[in-house]
Amino acid sequence: MDLHFTNAAATPEEKAAIDAVVERNGGEAPRRSLLLAVLHAIQNRAGWISPGALNYACGLLGVPPAEGFGVADFYALFSTREQAPAVAHICDDVACRARGAEKLCVEMEKEHGPAGTNCDGKMWRRSPCLGMCERAPAAFVTVAGPQATEQALGAAHAADIEAALQGKRFPAGGAGASAPQWGQKAEQGRLKLLRRVGQTNPDSIEAFRDAGGFAALERALALGPAAVLAEVIESKLAGRGGAAFPTGLKWKSAREGAAPRYLVCNADESEPGTFKDRVLMEGDPFALVEAMIIAGFAAGCERGYIYLRGEYPEARRQLERAIRECSKHGFLGGNILGKSLRFEIEVCIGAGAYICGEETALLNSIEGRRGEPRNKPPFPTQAGLFGRPTVINNVETLLNIPHIVLEGGKAFAGTGTERSTGTKLFCLSGHVARPGVYEAPFGITLRELLEMAGGIGGTGKLQAVLVGGAAGAFLAPGELDTPLTFEGLRGAGAALGSAVVIPLDDSVDLRDVLLGIGGFFRDESCGQCVPCRVGTVRQEEILRRLAAGKPMGSVASELAVLKEVGQVMRDASICGLGQTASSAVESALSKFAIFKGRT
Amino acid sequence: MSVQKAPDLKNPLPRGPLPVFPPERMAKTIEITLDGRKVTVAEGTTLLEAARSAGIDTPTLCFLETLTPVNVCRICVVEVEGSRALVPACSRKAEAGMAVRTDSERVRLSRRLVLELLASSVDVSTAPQIQEYMRRYGAKPERFGAAGHAETVAQPVKIDNELYVRDYAKCILCYKCVEACGVDAQNTFAIAVAGRGFGARISTEYNVPLPDSACVYCGNCIGVCPTGALMFRSEHGMRKAGDWDETRQTRTDTICPYCGVGCTLTVHTQDEKIVKVTSPLEQPITRGNLCIKGRFGWEWINQK
Ligand SMILES: Cc1cc2nc3c(=O)[nH]c(=O)nc-3n(C[C@H](O)[C@H](O)[C@H](O)COP(=O)(O)O)c2cc1C
Ligand code: SF4
Ligand code: SF4
Ligand code: SF4
Ligand code: FES
Ligand code: FES
Repeated sequence: MDLHFTNAAATPEEKAAIDAVVERNGGEAPRRSLLLAVLHAIQNRAGWISPGALNYACGLLGVPPAEGFGVADFYALFSTREQAPAVAHICDDVACRARGAEKLCVEMEKEHGPAGTNCDGKMWRRSPCLGMCERAPAAFVTVAGPQATEQALGAAHAADIEAALQGKRFPAGGAGASAPQWGQKAEQGRLKLLRRVGQTNPDSIEAFRDAGGFAALERALALGPAAVLAEVIESKLAGRGGAAFPTGLKWKSAREGAAPRYLVCNADESEPGTFKDRVLMEGDPFALVEAMIIAGFAAGCERGYIYLRGEYPEARRQLERAIRECSKHGFLGGNILGKSLRFEIEVCIGAGAYICGEETALLNSIEGRRGEPRNKPPFPTQAGLFGRPTVINNVETLLNIPHIVLEGGKAFAGTGTERSTGTKLFCLSGHVARPGVYEAPFGITLRELLEMAGGIGGTGKLQAVLVGGAAGAFLAPGELDTPLTFEGLRGAGAALGSAVVIPLDDSVDLRDVLLGIGGFFRDESCGQCVPCRVGTVRQEEILRRLAAGKPMGSVASELAVLKEVGQVMRDASICGLGQTASSAVESALSKFAIFKGRT
Repeated sequence: MSVQKAPDLKNPLPRGPLPVFPPERMAKTIEITLDGRKVTVAEGTTLLEAARSAGIDTPTLCFLETLTPVNVCRICVVEVEGSRALVPACSRKAEAGMAVRTDSERVRLSRRLVLELLASSVDVSTAPQIQEYMRRYGAKPERFGAAGHAETVAQPVKIDNELYVRDYAKCILCYKCVEACGVDAQNTFAIAVAGRGFGARISTEYNVPLPDSACVYCGNCIGVCPTGALMFRSEHGMRKAGDWDETRQTRTDTICPYCGVGCTLTVHTQDEKIVKVTSPLEQPITRGNLCIKGRFGWEWINQK
């Protein structure tokens, strides 16, 4: 079969950008799995994915152009239409909305016209959560060209955004740029996952080693894969990415499949309100590399991938440097620490799609396909990346591994509760006095956590707490004694999810928040299955009518239809996105009199 | 226009194995419970096949025996005991001891809602199968509101070649045409899914007209389209003029005269004129697929 192309040709600049990616990856046999990286290169160089550039890329990688277009058109950070080369993505999601995002959007509109319009080579658009909720309002600024820049700005001001749009580079951690934050210093002694963050220089492999780094790897190699696996099973570690699946069992299941096997670190972190993985990767990047080597060793995976969301340029820099350093020092490659152990890590950058955090959509994305979830079964441990047995774990899940190896599974399981073991990172943002990532042993209640973060901010009068993100649920002020464990939240009809905790004060209009969540799911649905593709649209339409006080029929009849839509999304959708798209809305409607009296 | 070598296609979309048609049976059998009845089926049987063999009619839209299951429409969902969500019968394999309910309240609600969601956003006027299902499940798409309330995929018909039209206002995004154009039959890859969410749609690269795309006019996509979104130009023209009348049509099976493969053609005639050509799915070699000559080569006969 031969591929057919239109006449559109790439510019020399576009060609050079594409060739550079292929060359960087070994040159010889270009493969489809380079498509995402190649599309990033085109977008960064030209500011959009032109037909000529796509033709050239598809020809090199052997991808039919219609499919290549379908992939490029899937991701929010790629544009298949010519657009301004400098783009400011302004977060207007729950946490930023509570802290001035709307004001910022008004300023952007005044300066650059309506969202999405090219104004002298610059434009702005609204974005879902950028994973910097503790420094709200957040912005992500990309400037295409020969010297392309990508910058994440926290506590963003219109002036900083303007400067970034004009190409000014902010130093990492400097003015306006995002820096990691963490719990109180006083907690330092008790911190496990966060103990090096902000304390140890993340740039230096020596500093990492001096702070206890690689001790776990050495111990793991001495123990052997079966013993490490046994410790992880005994630790009862459950996944921190949202589904809380037992990590040890996942590894065991993959190990039972035939090699080659893969390990994928899920660093897509796009659940609104979540930023813990970013803080870990920016502040302790070597730890993730170490954890992945151990996981690969125990689960029998020869190769690791980190799928990192595209809006985390600083985490990317840190991880890529850490991987380079580790290769240089013999921690990665063919002969790790002199043992006959082989492990390599590739970083794969996402392009603006919440759904790519869903594990099977993520696999398709790495393979250069549309980020559409796959049907399960088969599960990734049976047939995952490139059809091979694959372990997929969240960043935070993996960072627990060195601790389990060092202290033993039993001791690890001694922290926390019977069913939720270890410590947990919580992402506090919104109306809280000191937003940030907090680490606490499982078992802490919502009230205690809020106290740890300095109490309620804003007006000081709590209205509701969103737990678990857009896919989560609202808790009422009367539910503050709920323990933040997997089982405790399930008991309260909620879910821990990615441990998002966003308190909202009484100045917030919950209708607004619900509309935002409805719009989020509508925008982020992959569109594959009917219940979610159309259901999220109908849900948003009904919410919009109710919020405007213009129900079709009566409020009661609208709510009845909304309930049915929610149920079919939960019951019949392919993946967790559709299955949870109604959960926050339903919990809010059941707890607060949101649309009462709005006939 | 340039032509380049394609990659090897041994690694198609990871959607599970291609269905074997007719299904290849392994000797081993398992027992499941279907709506309270014990049923014995061969290992590897899908719940859809199991239901069908037990005489239970299960609706399907995106499933076709000759294509890899994509399980996206969700009309075929059934309730499996112990499973939190409903599961798609068309692709879920029966497991020993599974207890399945194909007509519970939950199942009926999901099927009805799927139909309502579809019919409130897509023009189903030339999709008799969907209309029949809607009657069966009592679907009332107007609950979501008339025009202006409920967003639809309404858009102008694409007429960019002599042979067939694409009316994506009627597209339910069942992926069948993409599969037929791709690894499941034609290996041409002229069309794919683009966009995402409600904006997801079938498209050529950058939406170029078909004559600029890789399309070779085999019409295999038309053959699998369940909604009439893809339609022979002849049929489209006659429908527009109000001349299309299936009660006046006859179907005759014949062998394609053009080459040595010998594909079976089903010739549809109305008032002694050929109005379209299809090919039976059950034909073991061609499985309903044809090439441009068999599919459209009759045009000149009508002109004699
Ligand atoms: C829509 C959706 C988005 C998700 N996003 C993420 C994510 O950003 N990061 C993550 O680790 N898991 C995410 N998950 C969960 C993953 O599918 C998967 O369960 C997880 O990565 C497994 O790792 P763990 O067992 O270590 O938690 C998401 C799930 C869904 C349904
Ligand atoms: S539930 Fe939504 S996101 Fe998941 S597969 Fe279906 S359409 Fe895609
Ligand atoms: S007519 Fe054939 S080649 Fe053209 S789009 Fe349809 S299936 Fe593909
Ligand atoms: S055009 Fe027809 S076959 Fe293709 S996706 Fe739409 S409804 Fe299905
Ligand atoms: S960065 Fe804005 S809500 Fe998370
Ligand atoms: S027929 Fe099973 S999901 Fe479409």
